[in-house]
Amino acid sequence: MEVDYSGEMMTLQMGPQHPSTHGVLRLELKTDGEVVHEAIPHIGYLHRCFEKHAENVDYPGVVPFADRMDYVAAMNNELGYVLAVEKLMGIEVNERVRRLRVIMAELNRIASHLLAAGTYGLDMGSFTPFLHCFRDRERILDLFEETCGARLLYNYNWIGGLMFDVLPGFEKKVIDFVDYFEPLVADLNRLLSYNYIFVKRTANVGILSPEAAISYGVTGPNLRGSGVAFDVRKDEPYLGYEEYDFDVPVGRGEFGPVGSCFDRYIVRIREVLESCKIIRQAVAKLPPGDVQEAVPKRVKPAAGEVYMRTECPRGEMGYYIVSDGGTKPYRVKVKSPCFTAMSAFREISRGAMIADIVAIVGSLDIVLGEIDR
Amino acid sequence: MKSEEITALLGEKFGEKVLETRLDGASTWSVIEPTAIREVCGFFRSDERLSMDHLELLGGVDYKDRIEVVYVLYSMKHRHRHILKCRLSREDPRLQSVESVWKVADWHERETYDMFGVAFEGHPNLRRILCPDDWEGYPLRRDYKAPKEYLGMPV
Amino acid sequence: MQSIADFLSIIPYYDQFSGLFQNLVVMLASSVIVLGFIALLAMFLVYLERKVSAHMQDRLGPMYVGGWHGWAQSIADSLKLLLKEDIIPAEADKLLFKMAPVIVFVAAFASFVVLPFGASSIVSDLNIGILYIVAVTGLAVVGIIMAGWASNNKYALYGGMRGAAQIVSYEIPAAISIMTVIIPVGSLSMVDIVTAQEGGIHNWFLFRNPFTFLAFFVYFICSLAEVNRTPFDMPEAESELVAGYHIEYSGMRFAFFFLAEYANMFVVAAIASTLFLGGWTSPLPGAWLGGPMVPGPVVFALKALLLIFVQMWLRWSLPRLRVDQLMHVCWKVMLPASLCLVLGVGYLAVFWN
Repeated sequence: MEVDYSGEMMTLQMGPQHPSTHGVLRLELKTDGEVVHEAIPHIGYLHRCFEKHAENVDYPGVVPFADRMDYVAAMNNELGYVLAVEKLMGIEVNERVRRLRVIMAELNRIASHLLAAGTYGLDMGSFTPFLHCFRDRERILDLFEETCGARLLYNYNWIGGLMFDVLPGFEKKVIDFVDYFEPLVADLNRLLSYNYIFVKRTANVGILSPEAAISYGVTGPNLRGSGVAFDVRKDEPYLGYEEYDFDVPVGRGEFGPVGSCFDRYIVRIREVLESCKIIRQAVAKLPPGDVQEAVPKRVKPAAGEVYMRTECPRGEMGYYIVSDGGTKPYRVKVKSPCFTAMSAFREISRGAMIADIVAIVGSLDIVLGEIDR
Repeated sequence: MKSEEITALLGEKFGEKVLETRLDGASTWSVIEPTAIREVCGFFRSDERLSMDHLELLGGVDYKDRIEVVYVLYSMKHRHRHILKCRLSREDPRLQSVESVWKVADWHERETYDMFGVAFEGHPNLRRILCPDDWEGYPLRRDYKAPKEYLGMPV
Repeated sequence: MQSIADFLSIIPYYDQFSGLFQNLVVMLASSVIVLGFIALLAMFLVYLERKVSAHMQDRLGPMYVGGWHGWAQSIADSLKLLLKEDIIPAEADKLLFKMAPVIVFVAAFASFVVLPFGASSIVSDLNIGILYIVAVTGLAVVGIIMAGWASNNKYALYGGMRGAAQIVSYEIPAAISIMTVIIPVGSLSMVDIVTAQEGGIHNWFLFRNPFTFLAFFVYFICSLAEVNRTPFDMPEAESELVAGYHIEYSGMRFAFFFLAEYANMFVVAAIASTLFLGGWTSPLPGAWLGGPMVPGPVVFALKALLLIFVQMWLRWSLPRLRVDQLMHVCWKVMLPASLCLVLGVGYLAVFWN
């Protein structure tokens, strides 16, 4: 649609406090009626100097700070940091730790995607899927609480091991949850994903072409929504992900061009089922062992640097750690997936309507804690 | 492509502009002459054998005597990675912008400017991104002293 | 109104007063009754909505206030709204800001005058009843635009403009679909419309012929849009415009908007049941049930509540449309459909009779 933007425009400040900016994000909208000529994101309202803090605490002390970046997928965040330090120190963890980490990371991925799908429904004006998603997410949080005492910010992954072993009967509870949860995905699809209005609202909105997605460094479900089958778990496996049998869902453009909001959304829904598959396999072969076997007495890596990335629910989370041989990291630089996804926002929101802006922000599934760090 | 091949290709193409290369350790990196960084990045991006289409990370490190800007490059096509570094003076860190090579560099460079004060030449919109526009100092430099107050408010 | 006058005449010496005074008392009494009815109805509907949404969402809803299933929650809420501070933004247009909720509420309130709860339970059986309702409900637009403009807030302005565009547009197909009933009845009076459908469910306009059957759905969808219910809740779209035109309102002024919303829900449901579901008449033919056994107002309220339940059901299961899609539905689907239905009904009236 060609729109003439020559008229006078009204600036609408969406945020920092707004129900659907998913945190404290400010969008400066240049609007002409309902049409948004340009949407400029302003970030930094949640900047808590993670990287500065990390320079002033010892290596294990960074883990709780890492939790607080992407607070809805804390397990994955700390996992990336812990793996980076282990790679720097050359620590090999045993099979039980690896499998438990996979289970926890995938459970957290399901929880995070459920939150993303639920709040996306809320953005679209549909309230009920939100609470259905939270109901199921609650069961995952109960599992986490039982294991490490925390429901949101876990500090569960330690350098070289885990904080606690799981309680007896944990395996059964996890499998019970997966059995309970898998059929409910079809419910969610009936209620929200394939709803006619929902499809009409999302399928032609916020198109991110594969080339633009790669150039903007968009990763994770957002990149796969654009049709690029790239997943760190498959293409650069860590934690033995190569042993698991799972697919990488990509956006197929069922109802419109590939790379639309709908594709990004539906990729998350399909990923949840893949995570269930991984969890089943991981639980099936969970060996006995001591989860703190490889925990070093003192974390003091030799001088050097390392880059390690993992697949977080929101994309690939990269940690670039520089060590000067001391007990504190010299520099921790985080590559945050939401940060790069948000940088593409201005491009894909051009010429959208106000309601589409909400749809696009929601489909990128940003967490401001991670963008601003 | 292996790291050795990448560095060999880099040395062959740019010769003396590659100041240092390291192949052992947890990651492999090359130090590039700051004036050549855009050219080198453009080569990494466009060359068929390398095709580094994904700039994974761009960030600064303050080494007290110098500031290093780190580029982690990855190729989605060939699944290989290489790290480039530029060493800059702390007094007047200047570097060419690679925003025209990867769009993602836009925000990364703004963040590096915000945190370390590295001026990226040719960047279309070099403003602070995480800190407020009128913030003083560059927070991630090692000698940064946190202010006691900001606009009359205690920090 | 007649029944109120009859009731009042048992007061001693009442008939000694002048006719003008008697009329005034009757008017006052009926408006107090309607006002009380609206307040109680809104409280009940809020409670119902909370319970319906809660059970659809796998939770319990209010459970504590008052003891039994939180029945007093709405009373507590309305007390809270009454006691809350009334905030008027410094830069607002004070007069318009204060008038807006009153106008919106008056529009809802005035519609109750012609709602036929029963053969004699009607405040005033105007001979242009349904036309009066169409006119009066249109008044709410003025209030919404006033609220949007006077708040001096961009979100409110957007809400007001959206509300104006939406309500004005949807009134056209809604009014045209009402025509499909008026043509066979030949009267605009609400009582006449209901009496035309007496005698059982097969006489209801919903099942009278295929055109009126479809007209019911056209009217129902358009009425959803007129009262800003999901999936047409653009003016207050909470995820886009935060709260739309009433973003700056608090306390009792907000309560007026709230009250008007629920009153309007009841009004459109009541109109739909009057026009298409036989109003106060029993669904069973003859005098088996209904008639003397179940009073007309109860039948009428049950039908309206059924439709309100459908409104709530839709609200809690559907996402919201976008503004251009909303207009598309109105001008390219609903309007042609309602025009075709009127033509069909007209054809039947002329050639079938």
